[in-house]
Amino acid sequence: MATLTLLQAINDGLRTAMRDDPSVLVFGEDVGKKGGVFLATENLQKEFGAKRCFDTPLSEDGIVGAAIGMAMNGLKPVAEIQFQDFIFPAFDQIVSEAAKLRYRSGGQYTAPLVIRTPYGGGIRGGLYHSQSGEAYFCHTPGLKVVVPSTPHDAKGLLLASIADPDPVLFLEPKALYRSVKGEVPEGSYRVELSTLREARAGKDVTVFCYGAMVPVSLKAAEESLASGIDVRVVDLRTLLPLDEEGVLEHARSTGRVVVVHEAPRFCGFGAEISALIAEHAIEYMEAPVVRVTGFDTPFPNTLEHHYLPDHRRVLDAIERVAHF
Amino acid sequence: MTTTEPLQVIQADGGVNGYDPQMPESELLHCYRAMLQVRAFDAICLKLQRAGRIGFSIPNEGIEATQVGAASALRKSDWIFPSYRDFGMALYHGVAPLEMMHNMFGNARDGAKGRQMPVHFSFVEPIRFVSISSPIGTHIPQAVGVAHAARLRGEDTVVLASFGDGGTSSLGFHSGLNFAGVWRSPVVFLCQNNGWAISCPTEEQTASDGFAIKGEAYGIPGVVVDGNDLLAVRKVTLAAVERARAGGGPTLIEAKTFRMGGHSTSDDPKRYVPAEQFEHWKKRDPIPRFEKFLQAAGLLDAAKAVAMNAEVTEEIAVAARAAEQVGPPALETIFSDVYAALPAHIRKQGEQAFDLAARRGEARSGDGTFPL
Ligand SMILES: Cc1ncc(C[n+]2csc(CCOP(=O)(O)OP(=O)(O)O)c2C)c(N)n1
Ligand SMILES: [Mg+2]
Repeated sequence: MATLTLLQAINDGLRTAMRDDPSVLVFGEDVGKKGGVFLATENLQKEFGAKRCFDTPLSEDGIVGAAIGMAMNGLKPVAEIQFQDFIFPAFDQIVSEAAKLRYRSGGQYTAPLVIRTPYGGGIRGGLYHSQSGEAYFCHTPGLKVVVPSTPHDAKGLLLASIADPDPVLFLEPKALYRSVKGEVPEGSYRVELSTLREARAGKDVTVFCYGAMVPVSLKAAEESLASGIDVRVVDLRTLLPLDEEGVLEHARSTGRVVVVHEAPRFCGFGAEISALIAEHAIEYMEAPVVRVTGFDTPFPNTLEHHYLPDHRRVLDAIERVAHF
Repeated sequence: MTTTEPLQVIQADGGVNGYDPQMPESELLHCYRAMLQVRAFDAICLKLQRAGRIGFSIPNEGIEATQVGAASALRKSDWIFPSYRDFGMALYHGVAPLEMMHNMFGNARDGAKGRQMPVHFSFVEPIRFVSISSPIGTHIPQAVGVAHAARLRGEDTVVLASFGDGGTSSLGFHSGLNFAGVWRSPVVFLCQNNGWAISCPTEEQTASDGFAIKGEAYGIPGVVVDGNDLLAVRKVTLAAVERARAGGGPTLIEAKTFRMGGHSTSDDPKRYVPAEQFEHWKKRDPIPRFEKFLQAAGLLDAAKAVAMNAEVTEEIAVAARAAEQVGPPALETIFSDVYAALPAHIRKQGEQAFDLAARRGEARSGDGTFPL
């Protein structure tokens, strides 16, 4: 097994998929010669040629629309949107088209494509290079939404997404691209979609999180030990379709829950977790579910470290629910 | 109705074949000075970024004549919807380098309150230089809206919308041109064709024979101009602006130029731009070219050029040092301006953030106060 960064694991996942299946294509803005602005597609054009890894004109609408057509016609497109912040010209294609094609055609047509895109803060990117827009997409039946947080999962979830018969939005936490490293098996393997990962065992409080908030939550969990609180950290990995039973089991077992995400709070993914627990596990709960999130404001630039939840904010929430 | 050969005015030797730019001497020198400012601002920002003192910048080297020539055709009552590579439009119209540096540092005096990335300027004075948005092409139909509103309100305002070759693939380009054609809006579309959209060359951006011709299908005349020739850019932009002001409708200008640096400070163009292209365009540098014209016209000599360059470089270096001394914006700026009035839930989040900062000993004066 090689030790790779999350970015290298994604690159390795793309290469593995392209080697295993000649119908897999990688395209988007600057993914060819340049290898992507973050270098996630580095050397793919060199190895597989410009027919399988290529640049497109500057149109997200065109990228996703064309990917839908290719997927309908037997190819396996893996489209890159340079930043999740720039996905909105393709919102129509994703929400109205890719996600609804199977349903509206009675299953006659499908669009098994993958859209990879870096999301989230931590790079001083201001309003338009930092957003976490998962909630917009999680409100879209027919779409799958996946967010890895470790190199192992990044590759395994990506390969599972490419193999999946439905459209998948694959959100890559850019803050972790180079900051996390881990062992990644060589060749092909899959991490099943819609499964949770217990990132840390603990019996007092469960922290649900995903993407770049996983290491933040783990750090808070470590520090909670000092105050005698034993924290479990659960990485959701797939937001849609969510493993609801898995979430409820963890919630019931600790009776105290914190949800962490960097996206704004209002109608954010934390609200879904909280509502799920309120509906189906309230009798097990010893404390209200507490959310630690970005603010309900656009994403600032200079002050992004105040906007982004850090381990201290998570720690405060853990203490609140532990001592409720 | 569309031209295909780029219009040029300034010849290699600085001659203009008897062309009269109809600009007073002071105005010609002001254009020259603005180009020097852009280059100095650019070079200083690059150094600041390399030294880790600012996070990011956008190289403007090579594009100065397009920016300044086009801006010089506008009145102060006109509007600019700039791209992020348009430093010269602001500087020409008299935005102080210090104002721009506040944005580069995202500090407390930045007009946009440190919320945006560097180079995403916004100014209302001395000309409307509308807040830059990163998503490409979104501003193009907005510019048409401002122009249409001006007509409905009986104003003689003209709007300049500036974007790159890559921007012509955006949805906004097509809806913007279509609306402007139908409404005959007083808007000038400036496509800065610098050959590349990050690493995507023109031939992969479009199969069309250039960009000016794209106006034709929308009923908009297209004009191609040598973007490194300040007088030529000014000439075609002025004609387009005057036509728009007189009710003649929109124009699409394609300025052929070249980005001598990377796309941004995060980009290494050597990975994809062939070296010959840099050599080819180096010889067509817009600043020496305009210098030659000024010298041939007897308006500039070498000593004056050196002195002016030293003066603008010093001005911008001083601005950078001053902006660096200013602290970050107050915490309050995260929460204000989301709406006209602060909603209760955001106020609460703000108060929690102030409390937290205070508990951690990180609060600074002004952090804990919302404007009423
Ligand atoms: C909708 C959208 N997609 C992608 C990007 C990322 N991006 C920023 S600049 C750029 C290239 C723009 O090229 P061009 O329009 O030619 O302008 P230039 O940078 O050459 O001046 C890209 C792809 C973006 N900002 N917005
Ligand atoms: Mg360009």
